[in-house]
Amino acid sequence: MNTLRTLGGIVINSVERLGRASMFLYEVLTGSWELLRRFYLVVQQVYSVGVLTLLIILVSGLFVGMVLGLQGYNTLVKFGSANSLGLLVALSLVRELGPVVTALLFAGRAGSALTAEIGLMKATEQLAGMEMMAVNPITRVIAPRFLGGVIAMPLLAALFSAIGVLGGHLIGVGLLGVDAGAFWSQMQNGVDYRDDILNGVVKSVVFGVVVSWIAVFEGYDAVPTSEGVASATNRTVVYSSLAVLGLDFLLTALTLGDV
Amino acid sequence: MINRKSLELWVGLFVAAGIFALGMLAFKVGNLSTADVTDGYQIRANFDNVGGLKVKAAVTMAGVRVGRVTGIAFDNKKYQAAVTMDIDGKFKIIPNDSSASILTSGLLGDQYIGLEPGGAEEYLREGDAIRTTQSALVLEKLVGQVIFNKANEPEPAK
Repeated sequence: MNTLRTLGGIVINSVERLGRASMFLYEVLTGSWELLRRFYLVVQQVYSVGVLTLLIILVSGLFVGMVLGLQGYNTLVKFGSANSLGLLVALSLVRELGPVVTALLFAGRAGSALTAEIGLMKATEQLAGMEMMAVNPITRVIAPRFLGGVIAMPLLAALFSAIGVLGGHLIGVGLLGVDAGAFWSQMQNGVDYRDDILNGVVKSVVFGVVVSWIAVFEGYDAVPTSEGVASATNRTVVYSSLAVLGLDFLLTALTLGDV
Repeated sequence: MINRKSLELWVGLFVAAGIFALGMLAFKVGNLSTADVTDGYQIRANFDNVGGLKVKAAVTMAGVRVGRVTGIAFDNKKYQAAVTMDIDGKFKIIPNDSSASILTSGLLGDQYIGLEPGGAEEYLREGDAIRTTQSALVLEKLVGQVIFNKANEPEPAK
């Protein structure tokens, strides 16, 4: 009996939280319109969410591309098609690894920072103070951070893919001796603008929205104690990663399903 | 906190780099520059068997890409495959008695359509059909033929 009650409690709690999160997203989106007049707030957040994440994205992109080049070459050379290395590297980066790995790193580097910052603002009653001064904390604090994340994420994913392709080129052409012309021409023949690149961009936009949403909601909804902020930060990383991987499968199935 | 000027500079750099990366992906990695046939015209051709031809496959002339396949349908009356293709507007002078054949690039490569120019003075226009066509080479049939011929050969005398 008690276990049933616990189960019911868990379900009700999670549905309630989901409802609160959706209403919160609606408020953030309606609050975003007012930001067009004070766009500098968003620019500041693009700096702290995007520019400061740049280094880790570029370094991991380069290394992921280099590893793909090495691994792909060793497999492809068995079938005598090492010339398709460019295609393999570009497709796996643009379609999958670019958006997904960027979103995971983004959740770990920027999402957790967002949650901790907002949670701490709540714990130290800065948000309540703003409300006292008739400043809506959602438009002043939350919406710029959300928008900053949504703007930064696709750009980061594009940079990740681009530098990854260069990394693959570095290893494949520079080190392993694949012909540079074949590397690029096979890539350009096989990668389709709409099916592959646009698909990757759509994925990165969706991931940007989801990760930023989870991060700001967890911060805003955190229990206002130091433990509460810690567990909210923890939840941001876990939930974002799970959501990104799940959505990635869903989006891939949707786009590949009816070719 | 970093001052406003350098913050704006960094964000500007970041956004510019991101857009540059997107552009590189679209033009250098993808094939946006050759993806769309501009002000082209559509022609048709019926084949007995298209084999593994796919939509978006290349249409070439003397090995140079002049267009792409836009549709493959089944012709109910002739029991043939009706293939439609877009030819780039740059190539307006293809004789209307040209022939089309389905070729394969390499042993395991993709199939594409090769156009062989004829000698007529009239040129193909929007909606025209190519009459002389050659089907795809079906490897299984070919292997079957070779085996059949071998079996029919008389035993070499000893």
